[in-house]
Amino acid sequence: MNTTLEPSARVSRQQHARRKRFSPSRLGIYSFLIIAALFFLLPLYVMLVTSVKPMDEIRLGNLLALPAHFTLQPWSDAWQSACTGLDCNGIRVGFWNSVRIVVPSTVFSIVIGAINGYALSFWRPRGAGVFFGVLLLGAFIPYQVMIYPMVRVLASVHLFSSLPGIVIIHTIFGMPVMTLLFRNYYAGIPLELFKAARIDGGGFWRIFFQLMLPMSLPIIVVAMILQVTNIWNDYLLGLVFAGTRNLPMTVQLNNIINTTTGEKIYNVNMAATILTSVVPLAVYFISGRWFVRGIASGAVKG
Amino acid sequence: MGTLKSHALPPEMTASRRPVAARRGRPLRKRWSLAAWVALIPMMVTVVFAYLGTMLWTARVSLSNSRTFPSNDFVGFTQYVRLFHNDRWLVSLQHIAVYGVCFIVACLVIGMLLAIFIDQRVMAEGVLRTVFLYPYAMSFVATGLVWQWILNPELGAQSLLHKMGFTHARFDWIVDQDFVIYTIVIATVWQASGLVMAVMLAGLRGIDDELWKAARIDGIPRWRVYMSIVIPMLGPSVSTAFVLLFVAVVKLFDAVVAMTQGGPGTASEVPAKFIMDYLFGRANIGLASAASIVLLATVLAILAPFLYARSRSASRKEV
Repeated sequence: MNTTLEPSARVSRQQHARRKRFSPSRLGIYSFLIIAALFFLLPLYVMLVTSVKPMDEIRLGNLLALPAHFTLQPWSDAWQSACTGLDCNGIRVGFWNSVRIVVPSTVFSIVIGAINGYALSFWRPRGAGVFFGVLLLGAFIPYQVMIYPMVRVLASVHLFSSLPGIVIIHTIFGMPVMTLLFRNYYAGIPLELFKAARIDGGGFWRIFFQLMLPMSLPIIVVAMILQVTNIWNDYLLGLVFAGTRNLPMTVQLNNIINTTTGEKIYNVNMAATILTSVVPLAVYFISGRWFVRGIASGAVKG
Repeated sequence: MGTLKSHALPPEMTASRRPVAARRGRPLRKRWSLAAWVALIPMMVTVVFAYLGTMLWTARVSLSNSRTFPSNDFVGFTQYVRLFHNDRWLVSLQHIAVYGVCFIVACLVIGMLLAIFIDQRVMAEGVLRTVFLYPYAMSFVATGLVWQWILNPELGAQSLLHKMGFTHARFDWIVDQDFVIYTIVIATVWQASGLVMAVMLAGLRGIDDELWKAARIDGIPRWRVYMSIVIPMLGPSVSTAFVLLFVAVVKLFDAVVAMTQGGPGTASEVPAKFIMDYLFGRANIGLASAASIVLLATVLAILAPFLYARSRSASRKEV
């Protein structure tokens, strides 16, 4: 499935037909696109504007109005002192928990995915293809089927509700996509290269570390983008497996907003929502086309 | 060739080398597969225990009378019968059906339109693409919370409409039992239609320019070319998008929890949330397992033809 946006194809299409610039149909195209873009930007705008208004202004009900009194207080409240239940340490607790979950989970799932992909495309041990097929099907199994038995297994080895536990869970659930990603990438590397390395006496691990891994940088970047955003945005697995001391940012955000009683402090809530989205959005805006490549190649995403 | 070193392996394994010209070097691989097997142990353990094992376990528990803890008795399909007499489950199924149809159709239509319009060699294409796809980088929780705020009946869009002079305008879907499910459709379509756009755009870019030249020579209007030729040619992209969206429908949980918590009442309950509630809140593992097996069977039944078609076309390419 080659779904990358090839620049070469675009250039050739742009070369001809530069004519009809301002015909009525062009006007229609642009109005549609601009209206659609405004609709897509609206929630981001609402979040930003709400997060810098004092509560009295919010109570007026002018959702789209710019703030009359600009304030950054909600942002510092959200970061430092927003409450979940009785804990008022702000969303930063969840932020650091998420960092501690995302970093090892990403590293482990990429390492295992790369080794799997390498073994499957070059060594092809007999019968391994069957396991790979089941693994890919596993990407479509609803989490609910697997969650409870996994809780039991992790609990029996005392890893339930712990940081290593949630890291293992993310590694397991990320394995289908990571393996597929690397397998397809290695399938594009000429087999002659591998054979030459074999003739020169390279073993399984030596060829992997000295030849394949240095060549894998582009796909490692794609895999990182994919895993960082996926794991950061996960809610369900963090809720079940992380345990109260390691709750990821998404879970804490939901707890701050949906389980507090009394008047909702919308500006703090929106600031906390933006803060929670900052990491994946930054990854997205910085990585651009690589992000698209990631979601295209991870099309079996579970 | 003479520089062959035999490290870490007994000589008999490296001694017999046949010409490597053979397709994909079969003889070499066969003798060396031990290290590869060892390297694949994590994958095999995951497949056997985490995927197959848990499935079998859940299937077994769904045939027992388990409550808080799994029990070993065997009660046949009692839990399934109970499940389909459970009002909350039936209502969840209804909601997910309505949601699924609306969500998938809306995403496909909007995503396709965006892709086609972007493909008209517009200015600032990169900016537009970025704008349409950014919601996909956000979590469902964040998406749900933003839309919960926008659709807030007292201070959100409804009050804005009142301020603009439409004093009797009603837009309180999020607290309306009959409409709440559509608010979840709106929020998730906002998030996911950019993904469809990206998939479709890639498909459109793969279409040969000659087609457009031929159509122009024959004087066929553009919209007609799209309707009759281009969109049918995008079949593979549409099926990829469909699979992605379908998986998202079955998994729908985060957005509901963040936006409505299944309410008002049970008006936005969905199967994934039903299962989580019965697993952890209501401690009825037997019933929850039965529900998740039903979910799994539905997924496999609907996705099987797509996956089969895809794996066939993939294996054809390989040959």
